[in-house]
Amino acid sequence: MNDVHDVALRLLVVFAVFLVLPLVVGQTEHKVMAHMQGRLGPMYAGGFHGWAQLVADGVKFAQKEDVVPKDADRRVFQLAPAVALLPYLLVLVAIPIGPSEGAVGQVVDAGIFFVLAVMGVGVLGSLMAGWASANKFSLLGGLRTAAQLLAYELPMLLAAASVAMAAGTVSLPGILNAFEWWWVPWQIVGALVFFVAGLAELQRPPFDMPVADSEIIFGAYTEYTGLRFALFLLAEYAGIVVLCGLTTVLFLGGWHGPFGADGLGWVWTLLKTAVLAFVVIWLRVSYPRLREDQLQKLAWTTLVPLALAQIALTGIVKVAIQ
Amino acid sequence: MILAAAQHIAQQAAQQPVLNQETHGFLSPTGVEIAFLLVGLVTLGAALVTVTTRQLVHAALWLVVALGGLAVEYLLLTAEFIAWVQVLIYVGSVVVLLLFGLMLTKAPIGHSPDADSRNRPVAAAVALAAAGALVWVVVDAFRTTWIDLDGAVQGSTEVSGQILFRHWVLPFEALSVLLLAALVGAIVLSRRKKEEQR
Repeated sequence: MNDVHDVALRLLVVFAVFLVLPLVVGQTEHKVMAHMQGRLGPMYAGGFHGWAQLVADGVKFAQKEDVVPKDADRRVFQLAPAVALLPYLLVLVAIPIGPSEGAVGQVVDAGIFFVLAVMGVGVLGSLMAGWASANKFSLLGGLRTAAQLLAYELPMLLAAASVAMAAGTVSLPGILNAFEWWWVPWQIVGALVFFVAGLAELQRPPFDMPVADSEIIFGAYTEYTGLRFALFLLAEYAGIVVLCGLTTVLFLGGWHGPFGADGLGWVWTLLKTAVLAFVVIWLRVSYPRLREDQLQKLAWTTLVPLALAQIALTGIVKVAIQ
Repeated sequence: MILAAAQHIAQQAAQQPVLNQETHGFLSPTGVEIAFLLVGLVTLGAALVTVTTRQLVHAALWLVVALGGLAVEYLLLTAEFIAWVQVLIYVGSVVVLLLFGLMLTKAPIGHSPDADSRNRPVAAAVALAAAGALVWVVVDAFRTTWIDLDGAVQGSTEVSGQILFRHWVLPFEALSVLLLAALVGAIVLSRRKKEEQR
């Protein structure tokens, strides 16, 4: 009985984190973008600096009519937002935030494979949306999404494999237990490749070719309104949280910090994740969108060779220190 | 080779003392076994719909259900690593590639009548023969061996890795050479076409 209670409590906490953190990232994005562009951003909703803007947005989305285009494939169209969102919830379960046994939703033996596999499934939601909308812009967006995923999945996997080699385990808590501070310079190339490939997988600027609003309206999500559209947006922000959390755990040492490792491990994890999320927003404001051929070129001619070089380096150092 | 592999694994499993066949009736219904059967039925159903549906993209999406169901079956058999790799490779990459191809050819919403090659009877015969052979191999190899769910995990990443790189290194390397050959072949084919166009 105690076990059931424990599991239910963990899942509840993970679910709460899943609901809160993406909203925090979203609100931070409003504010950071505004200040980087020399304006104020939302200031009225909720009083203090527009803190309730996203809540108001949520209410607005919930009130809108849920439109399904006449020629659309109804069931696939309606199912797509759930397929896009749920994988990130599942991934969040496996990310450890502190050193103790209890600081992870569920310990997964092959953690790296689990998170990467499930994150890849999320893209199916965009593909389903793109095809089922019966809209040429949606179809183009879906095509671009698929091409982008195929290009960036490989460097992401290779970069993650490098960390697994360094730690000698594929479990996320195991990697953190083996972490030493000099892993950061050792794996820095892999970290960059992983982060960039992750951004591309989330279709965040500068990799937002699949939703490029000046060309194809809003890509695969063009026909969506109301709550379903909100779910796609939530999936994007949940994706940011997951990507930053994973980069923190794999490459930046997660709960390891210069001091206070005993009780404050989770603070370090959250702090590093928040800094990475800030970088994600920063990139959105400051970088122009990459063209489709530039996207593919970056993946195949830069990221894949870099990831392979990182794996070679990892292997050499690993053999040398044994 | 698959047959030999399956038999080898079955023999290894049978040698372990915890796996006694006597205490286990055939399909004694523990929770895991019921789940295994139900997921198996869903997988089979999804696979049947995949090959019989007349809507191309729906076939690809049902394939996701079938492959995902297979991954759950691996999980229930404690082969966690295999399960996640199944999701990563098949659901995450192969199906995405498939959908990419379907979108490129503008697969219509609704029925695609011209996609019928009228080979249904032959395809059904081949599928039944293949399924029969595979079922026979698996049944013959494993008979009534049971996995002990309470003992040490037998399909973890560590165990899979050790078996793969101690007992099955040669087939593994042969397979990787085969994949490399396919890769080089694909590159050669795509390059030749370009030169012809010029």
